[in-house]
Amino acid sequence: MPELGIRVLFMGNNLQRLFTGLWVTVRISLIAVLLSMVFGTFLGLAMTVRNPLVRVTLRIYLEFIRIMPQLVLLFLVYFGLSKAFGINLSGEVSAVLVFTLWGSAEMGDLVRGASNCVPKHQYESGAAIGLNRGQVYRYIILPQILRRLVPPAMNLTTRMIKTTSLVVMIGVVEVLKVAQQIIEGNRYTVPDSALWVYGAVLLLYFLACWPVSLFARHLEKVWKN
Amino acid sequence: MEKKEIVLELKHVRKDFGNGPVLKDISLQLHKGEVMVFIGPSGCGKSTLLRCINGLEGIQGGEILLNGKLISTENTKWSEVRQKIGMVFQSYDLFPHMTVMENILLGPVKVQGRNRKEAEQEAERLLERVGLSDKQRAFPAQLSGGQKQRAAIVRALIMKPQILLFDEVTAALDPEMVREVLDVMLELAKSGGTMMIVTHELSFAKAVADRIIFLDDGIIVESGTPEEFFTRQKTERAQRFLNTFIFREEKGGDEA
Repeated sequence: MPELGIRVLFMGNNLQRLFTGLWVTVRISLIAVLLSMVFGTFLGLAMTVRNPLVRVTLRIYLEFIRIMPQLVLLFLVYFGLSKAFGINLSGEVSAVLVFTLWGSAEMGDLVRGASNCVPKHQYESGAAIGLNRGQVYRYIILPQILRRLVPPAMNLTTRMIKTTSLVVMIGVVEVLKVAQQIIEGNRYTVPDSALWVYGAVLLLYFLACWPVSLFARHLEKVWKN
Repeated sequence: MEKKEIVLELKHVRKDFGNGPVLKDISLQLHKGEVMVFIGPSGCGKSTLLRCINGLEGIQGGEILLNGKLISTENTKWSEVRQKIGMVFQSYDLFPHMTVMENILLGPVKVQGRNRKEAEQEAERLLERVGLSDKQRAFPAQLSGGQKQRAAIVRALIMKPQILLFDEVTAALDPEMVREVLDVMLELAKSGGTMMIVTHELSFAKAVADRIIFLDDGIIVESGTPEEFFTRQKTERAQRFLNTFIFREEKGGDEA
């Protein structure tokens, strides 16, 4: 029994180190998600304008970001920028930058989709009772966009949290990297720790994503009526 | 029709979406308390006409005057005009994220800046008038089509408009629901409301109208009292239009 790999979690400050790693993951995700929501909203509304130049530019941006694997984008920013332009961003800043670029593109597309879903007669009915343009958006259109947006936006958030595990590749020590370090560091004393440590990481990711799902479900329930 | 003040006047109104005119040369006068019903084949421009009157569509020629004041200008404050000209649409156009009461209060509270309590009391009175007292707190998704339309009528009424426009408000309803909405409109007409109605319900048109306007191909083909229009059509075009309905009734057999 004492040979079980689980004990590695309670050796030294291993558990605390894992939580510190989780905080790095959450920090990167949180900043990137918040920025993505803001930029994505503007991007999405910009995508609905009639100007063809704006539309095409945004479309290209969206497709480019989507087609590129996130890992390639991370390398491009972290290594590419420093080699080509001598811009040395830290791993974490690069990560936030890439995830914001990606998140904004995805979020923009979600906002565009949600705003296209609001039927034209909703604008007209609002106008017909004398609301001006700003009021129509504030009281009628945006609340409806927001309601449609919550489920996919929360989905995107959890996807972003999970994808941050890639930042290991540009040297950011987040929860997954800490887990690897713990396993490596105890290779001789606790050789079967991998299952337990990665199991713990699984649980930690769940811990980070679950509140998001709960929040989304709560909002949906409130708005359901 | 005896001399009453003119509320709305159209002079040679022309509307063109860019592929030939939809309205060619429409001139008419709507008097206070008058109920004007527009009928005509699909695509004749009836709905477009109503949409031009409250500025949802711009016009390319002619003039529209409300109380003698030109409203078809570049810098018309439509937000103000639309408080005087209410409109109810064909589609169920309640705001789905608000209760019936919130739908109704949005205009008086946010646009007219009226006291919420006072507006709420009036809304309650109006809801009772259309038989929806128990639905104040319901969301649109919980209402039938007819109930939604009646709520939409209240939403327009509470703004105390001088004129109410009804754009085929029963066209998307199940047959059983049509009656309850038409009854509300009939009651409004009897109590002196000034209304312009686009409809395909001919027997309703006969019952509610002071004047019937028959539109075809963007022009007013006939205009007269229901009695004149339904018994002595002046034009062959109107006759043909009415005949299509009679044919349908005979075939159906069960309509009065």
